[in-house]
Amino acid sequence: MSPFRYARAADVSDAVRQAQAAGSRFLGGGTNLVDLMRETVERPTALVDVTGMPADIGESADGGLVIGAAARNTAVAEHPLIRTRYPMLSRAIVAGASAQIRNMATVGGNLLQRTRCAYFYDNGGSRCNKRQPGEGCDAIDGFNRYHAILGASPSCVAVHPSDMCVALAALDAAVNVESVHGARSLPFAELHRLPGDLPQIDTCLEPGELITALVLPPLPIARHSTYRKVRDRSSYAFALISVAAALDVQDGIITDVRLALGGVAHKPWRAHEAEALIRGKPPEPAVFLAAADAELSAAQPLPGNRFKIELARRTIAAVLSELAGEQA
Amino acid sequence: MTIAVNGTIVSLPDDPRVSLLDLLREHLHLPGTKKGCNQGACGACTVLADGERILSCLALAVQYEGRAITTVEGLATDEGLHPLQAAFIEHDGFQCGYCTPGQICSAIGMADELRRGVPSHVTRDLAAPVIALTHDELRERMSGNLCRCGAHNGIVEAIAETFAELVP
Ligand SMILES: Cc1cc2nc3c(=O)[nH]c(=O)nc-3n(C[C@H](O)[C@H](O)[C@H](O)COP(=O)(O)OP(=O)(O)OC[C@H]3O[C@@H](n4cnc5c(N)ncnc54)[C@H](O)[C@@H]3O)c2cc1C
Ligand code: SF4
Ligand code: FES
Ligand code: FES
Repeated sequence: MSPFRYARAADVSDAVRQAQAAGSRFLGGGTNLVDLMRETVERPTALVDVTGMPADIGESADGGLVIGAAARNTAVAEHPLIRTRYPMLSRAIVAGASAQIRNMATVGGNLLQRTRCAYFYDNGGSRCNKRQPGEGCDAIDGFNRYHAILGASPSCVAVHPSDMCVALAALDAAVNVESVHGARSLPFAELHRLPGDLPQIDTCLEPGELITALVLPPLPIARHSTYRKVRDRSSYAFALISVAAALDVQDGIITDVRLALGGVAHKPWRAHEAEALIRGKPPEPAVFLAAADAELSAAQPLPGNRFKIELARRTIAAVLSELAGEQA
Repeated sequence: MTIAVNGTIVSLPDDPRVSLLDLLREHLHLPGTKKGCNQGACGACTVLADGERILSCLALAVQYEGRAITTVEGLATDEGLHPLQAAFIEHDGFQCGYCTPGQICSAIGMADELRRGVPSHVTRDLAAPVIALTHDELRERMSGNLCRCGAHNGIVEAIAETFAELVP
């Protein structure tokens, strides 16, 4: 690990001021950043510990929820209002990592965790455009079972590894950020980006921007929601495919739906096309499968992950059928 | 800058690169906490920070300034072993013993999470105020602690017996 300075930020304005120093990075629980520093993939010269920032979870004036970015993953998953109003979010969080890691990890760090592509981690042993722009991508002709089927580019086929973020994409969350230049709020869909020609850039945040809070809108449909994760072993493994979904059925017709996929792209994948095909239809497997097919029609699998298309298709249909069954 | 380890206040290292795990093992000579993978994947380094289970390999020691850390060495009292330690012996909850300190600290943290009602991946009813420590819950909640010797049957029995009040 390269040497670095460490300081705790007293509050948000202290954090963003400290982060102006060249080579500095925010530090949450450290479960991703410390690991990457040990592998010399990341080499910050200063760490600004932001775990002392607000970690409260509370109702907003409009009936939604505001979650402080320093809230631990466990605290979000166990919160009574999240369990009852946004169950898919609780379920997504407890599907990820282990209890120990969830006790350490913060919301801000979970959002900005980096890909688990093994070549990205293998500094000195493999070529990776995300780690070393222009070097090439060893995953494209290598072991790509875990890689993207949607939205990838010739420069990078990595996926975003977070489970929590798949639920947040489905929930139309917003992300509050702040820097020395001021505060702003961006829709969750605009936080992460597709790799394009700049795979080294994961998000649309400006340098030095600190995530201060997550905002969940009031969303009655989210009460009927869930998260399903398919992986190589039944616990403590990253997703091959995951599905976050919410469904509202009235008199045998789907009035509204939310659907997002994990394990398929460089960002959590909101399935807008499938949603549009499902609204107004009866809650039947054929409807769900047709919608999944439409969403996945643009898929470009790699030799090692062709199976993900069928797996995603079946998982989408299974999760939506389960939600429909609960409302029958 | 100090940290409490098993009730003793100690100074934190000047170099912020020192992990909590290396502070315990190399600086404080408390080798009970084990280094398996050093990357968050095995749970051998699990300790309690103010009663919550965490991985000491992924933690910088400085991040835990002012916190109270409990390692396996801090569980026994003058009266004897912690009941879970005794149960591990009783039920053969180990073979080589390398994962054991992590398993034991993890299970103690797990019991508190369950008492608090923290849901898990296998919890069916998220709205339930009380969650029982069924076989499936126990296995899922302990999945962050690997055992290469396959001592799982004894581990599960020892935990279920010690926290019998949580078992349905
Ligand atoms: C073995 C293992 C298995 C895992 N399995 C899963 C899994 O199955 N599913 C899953 O979703 N995750 C999994 N994870 C990843 C885990 O969820 C992340 O490591 C964790 O959420 C990161 O949170 P943190 O607070 O520790 O982040 P840190 O490591 O502290 O930071 C991560 C990044 O976020 C930045 N950052 C932190 N806070 C802020 C902020 N407020 N504003 C701006 N930037 C910030 C940091 O600069 C850094 O770049 C696993 C991790 C491990 C080690
Ligand atoms: S897929 Fe992306 S992260 Fe993985 S090796 Fe290729 S460029 Fe690097
Ligand atoms: S040594 Fe910490 S998880 Fe393996
Ligand atoms: S007893 Fe040997 S690893 Fe668990």
